[in-house]
Amino acid sequence: MKKNNFMEVEFKADSVNESFARVCVASFCLPLNPSLEEISDIKTAVSEAVTNAVVHAYPKGGGVVRLRVELDGADVLITVSDEGVGIKDFKKAREPFFTTKPDDERSGMGFSVMESFMDDVQVSKNGERGVKVFMKKTCRSGLLCEGTYARR
Amino acid sequence: MKIKSRIYNGTLYVLLCGELDEHTSSYTREEMDKAFGSGIFKQIIIDLSELDFMDSTGIGVLIGRYKKMKDRHIPIYICNPSSHAEKIFKMTGLYDLMPKII
Repeated sequence: MKKNNFMEVEFKADSVNESFARVCVASFCLPLNPSLEEISDIKTAVSEAVTNAVVHAYPKGGGVVRLRVELDGADVLITVSDEGVGIKDFKKAREPFFTTKPDDERSGMGFSVMESFMDDVQVSKNGERGVKVFMKKTCRSGLLCEGTYARR
Repeated sequence: MKIKSRIYNGTLYVLLCGELDEHTSSYTREEMDKAFGSGIFKQIIIDLSELDFMDSTGIGVLIGRYKKMKDRHIPIYICNPSSHAEKIFKMTGLYDLMPKII
């Protein structure tokens, strides 16, 4: 029978909390016995999603970012959401090199990195306001180890 | 985040230490621009051996520095990227602008 677990945390939409979010998710995933590459991929994708919320969601400052992580067998399911101004054109936002802030030296590769590093990425409205980014990664390396969380 | 630099034999060596993300990007930009604006050199080598983490914000920072140095015809090279940084560089095409040297 597959085991599952989850955690939720919310924090101020401030760039100082990006490293906290990365470490928080990485620590929570450790029972799956992920490889270093898998952990790096997850940390990078989380950093991209949280950065988007910090930079774009609340132009007047303030605001909260919510982070939910669920472990379902060998799968890590991550949701990063905000209640900010939202995204006008989801399709355009996911195009490589697209940025609404070209003068800020932004690469416009945030969603491309998420898509490249995770197995699934979905972006949608978060109810009436804001954005919800859902990402999934299967930690396959943990499946190779007897007795790990993913195989119990 | 710490940035160390020195000029040796006409090359500016810049060592990035720590984590390069949105939070550290402004400081990284400022310190790199300070290093790029001091002394005389013909090329720049950015050493990433002590960079523990980088996301696409770091790519934006590096492309910004590339654009500034392109106007001065000074090439920039990358050395010692982690496998993680290498993955981001390859997928974003950064090596087309800043080739990797060994």
